[in-house]
Amino acid sequence: MNHSPVTALGKMPTRWRLMATPVLSVMLASAACSFVPIIAQAPLIPPLGLLVLLSWRLIHPDLWPMWIGAALGAFDDLVTGQPLGASIFLWSVVLLGIELVEQRIMWRDYWHDWLMAGLAVLFCIGGTWAFARMGGNHTSVLLILPQIFWSALIYPLMVRLIARLDRWRIMA
Amino acid sequence: MARQSSRRPGHNRRAQYGLFASYLVTVLSALIGLFLVIISMADPVGFGIIRSGLAEISRPVALTLKQVVSGVSSADEIIAAYINAGTQNIALRRQVERDRPLLIEAQAIRQENDHLKKLLYLVDTTEGTVATGRMISSNATTARRIARISVGRMQGVLPGMPVRAPEGLIGRVLISGPNTSEVLLLTDSQNIIPVLRANDNLAAICTGMDDGTVEIKPLGVGNNPFRPGDILVTSGIGGVYGANIPVAIVVEQRYGVAIGLPLANPARVNAVAVQRPFDVAAPPAPPEEGNQAK
Repeated sequence: MNHSPVTALGKMPTRWRLMATPVLSVMLASAACSFVPIIAQAPLIPPLGLLVLLSWRLIHPDLWPMWIGAALGAFDDLVTGQPLGASIFLWSVVLLGIELVEQRIMWRDYWHDWLMAGLAVLFCIGGTWAFARMGGNHTSVLLILPQIFWSALIYPLMVRLIARLDRWRIMA
Repeated sequence: MARQSSRRPGHNRRAQYGLFASYLVTVLSALIGLFLVIISMADPVGFGIIRSGLAEISRPVALTLKQVVSGVSSADEIIAAYINAGTQNIALRRQVERDRPLLIEAQAIRQENDHLKKLLYLVDTTEGTVATGRMISSNATTARRIARISVGRMQGVLPGMPVRAPEGLIGRVLISGPNTSEVLLLTDSQNIIPVLRANDNLAAICTGMDDGTVEIKPLGVGNNPFRPGDILVTSGIGGVYGANIPVAIVVEQRYGVAIGLPLANPARVNAVAVQRPFDVAAPPAPPEEGNQAK
């Protein structure tokens, strides 16, 4: 992230590669949760799709139109087994919130990003928990706290991975 | 770093309108999402077709990974088995000789049982496994405890069918796709199972706690009579689960509530069997029974 990537001489990455890489990486991360071959007894795995979405959004504010959260959220709902609409709502609100926060803070630091990502994770996991509870589930709030905690902790790792992918994406 | 964004349009009218439109679309899609959530709550299996279609795509990957994982996780058992082979062989042979008379006795009792049932015109409807499959993956990110199995409609699996492992009950089918099904595990707080204590037929209700354990509440009023070590089996009431399927073992009493562990740990079992609903004439179980337990 320190030095800006330089494309190979005389080459430009294809438009397909530039646009599809971020979208496909979010979709793959969402789907990865349902590939994981363990039968979980509690919500364990961080919402990877959300973390990848946040990473792209915070690295490249102009990459996507704001409504992308709804489209990718719909896919996430379908593969992770949440009630359809939960991620559409939560991810749209998160992207909207990041947009509004960005307009207010003039300078942005790494810590701001992490804090925003942490709050977004808290909002999304808490939101899905609240939706499940409204649907008649009785899950204790204590069960989702560890998941929120390590989802926020894993964000720096995710953002580095996505930065690597971003270098590959831009450099043909 | 300073914010570099094209989302500050300045005096460009067209850019301003474009920005406004993007806000509008985002807010609208959030509202649509909220609306869809409400629909999904009213009808939790409504979007099952799309969901099981996607599960179908992920099935080969999940199944392969699951086989790798179960191979790795049982490696220690295999090594230990080699080391213990000699002594275990002798011990097992003695045990077989000891158990043979019991086995013959049991066969005789079963024959007698069949005979008596015929005399009483009782027909056992629980016999008959619809399909056997593997547990392939689960909803590891959400609060619901739902697992996916590798059999579906093409193998005859339909929503409402009970799923069990040799060790005990796993749950029941929620959505069945062409080749995969979603199973509501018995540890989910919306799965309510009528149970009996195995040794004295004391009736109780077993509800999931969403953390891998179940809560056991007696049907009668008064103190909770369940003690650690009690084994619970299904009672067959309600028509979903057949009678006498092992469910859970009580491990502790917490604030007057008995906490049990499922006898078939969904994380460890490999093969599961989908069975016919116990009472075929009964209407299919409603997918949401969260409010009935209270």
